[in-house]
Amino acid sequence: MLENAHITSAHPRILDVKNLSTSFDVAGKQLKAVDNVSFHLNQGEVLGIVGESGSGKSITLRSIIGLSRRYGEVTGEVNWQGENLVAMLERDLRKVRGKDIAMIFQEPMSSLNPLLTVGLQIGENLVEHTSLDKPGRRRRSIELLEMVGIPDAENRLNDYPHQFSGGMRQRVMIAIALASNPKLLLADEPTTALDVTIQKQILKLILDLSKDLGMAVILVTHDLGVAAQTCDRLAVMYGGKLVETGATREVLRAPKHRYTMGLLQSVPENIEPRTPLFSLPGTPPSLMNLPLGCAFAPRCAHSVADCAEKKPPLIGEQHQVACFNPTNSGEATKGVA
Amino acid sequence: MTSSFSLRKSQLFVLLRPGFLVGLAILLSSIALALFPSFFAPFDPNAFNYSALKQPPSAEHWFGTDNLGRDTFSRVIWAYSVNIQMAFVATIFALIIGVTVGSLVGYYGGIADAIFGRCVDAIITFPFLVLVIAVVAVLGPGLTNMYIAITLVGWVYYARLMRAEIMGQLANDYAAAGKVMGYSDRRIIFRHLLPNAITPVIVYWMTDMALAILLGSSLGYLGLGAQPPQAEWGVLIAEGRNFITTAWWLSLMPGIAIVLTGLGFSLVGDGIADLMRPRG
Repeated sequence: MLENAHITSAHPRILDVKNLSTSFDVAGKQLKAVDNVSFHLNQGEVLGIVGESGSGKSITLRSIIGLSRRYGEVTGEVNWQGENLVAMLERDLRKVRGKDIAMIFQEPMSSLNPLLTVGLQIGENLVEHTSLDKPGRRRRSIELLEMVGIPDAENRLNDYPHQFSGGMRQRVMIAIALASNPKLLLADEPTTALDVTIQKQILKLILDLSKDLGMAVILVTHDLGVAAQTCDRLAVMYGGKLVETGATREVLRAPKHRYTMGLLQSVPENIEPRTPLFSLPGTPPSLMNLPLGCAFAPRCAHSVADCAEKKPPLIGEQHQVACFNPTNSGEATKGVA
Repeated sequence: MTSSFSLRKSQLFVLLRPGFLVGLAILLSSIALALFPSFFAPFDPNAFNYSALKQPPSAEHWFGTDNLGRDTFSRVIWAYSVNIQMAFVATIFALIIGVTVGSLVGYYGGIADAIFGRCVDAIITFPFLVLVIAVVAVLGPGLTNMYIAITLVGWVYYARLMRAEIMGQLANDYAAAGKVMGYSDRRIIFRHLLPNAITPVIVYWMTDMALAILLGSSLGYLGLGAQPPQAEWGVLIAEGRNFITTAWWLSLMPGIAIVLTGLGFSLVGDGIADLMRPRG
């Protein structure tokens, strides 16, 4: 079981990821998509993993639930209810998947089977993870669809995915994921493929469900705005590594890592039309060819001598940062051990 | 499967095209002839009649008679049961084996896929007919051995197609979604991926049936498939070969039957391909 000493809030810690690494073999070379990532999640908490494309955030999510192990090598620990999911056999993992941990995907177009009715697809999950009989499953399916806000749920059970709009399809996907009352929902860019008004609705739905059901959520997104609105805590990833974690408010108000800072500056806010937008210079490094030291050093205007040679460790208590020259380091010392 | 194709009105017009209708008419009458040859054939296909040897087509013997006085029309009709049977029997097992193997290697990849890839490379290096003839040569001539030979070689083509389709479907998140919902691999492969991936394989099957008839009659002609005196188009053409200058109808009539039936299968196959092709 988990040690009580680690509990930092009123809610117990339910997920503890330690030194998670995932690497793929590409043309004889090791591609380290996730490099020594550690974080935790408390019950009912919403954690956002943010970063650019290719920063390893989706692979981190997929590694938690064992979707990456078929394609690459996963090491480290994912502690879930006293068990390490990384070491768990596929057979046992199947009992955790869909029951305790569920996942929704970016593309609601392709994450539903186009050939089966929505009712069949919800029912299928209920068969797998509950002991409900057929009328019971039907009742529960209608209940789930109503819970995610699909009007006329009873009649829509017999509809195929292509008869739903994108937003509605994502709702259906959420309904399927929630079928067996999971304790943790992994959401891989759930709103990226949707337009902005629908985005808001889906995020609100996920937040409401998280509150009502006491379900923890890991939300992977590249959209800081989305993260700011929804997450209790943030984890910023760059080049397969975690560079900064902390309460959303703190990370956004007083970012310590230069990369987080740059990301925040790139969000256009209260600016005149036709003013040039800020963008981080350079491009993210190729995971095949990461620099020896800090992955962000080549793009960083504040790098110091150590940056090019050593990888900065993630340090701090509540608000952690992996940087040799964090912002405010001259005037403030808070959080730095 | 019925639920898998959401037919739109525009797609149903495919069924009204003359090509498809002609093909369907040929196919249905072929099947009728294959099922009830005794009803349509005026004579016993194997009855000798020494008073009517090598007679040209006439009102009594529509397709003439052969060197033993057998009625060619009746023999061509009786051959329908053998040749239409070929279309199904020679392909159905290849289809089942190919779809199963292709789904599994497409889904699992890895070593199984690598071994499969080498086998495919080895098999498709040889011309199809040469390999089938080699297998029949080992097993011995006859219809059953011919079916075994065609299945042994033919499943590879189905498996190759199925493997590619499954890999294409794997790119869709519903496969990963099935996995994170804790479904078994078997369920993901056969309930979710296979129905989505099988359409091109079914279309290929349609054209393969036409090819199976051609292949079966070729082997019959070469003496490796159906054996005389059984009435089979390839056998009939071979029997008429010696008299090609004096009794042309002996080889021509079964030849026309092959062409017509092949055409029927192809036209229907085209129509079904159009019908199942995803739109928009």
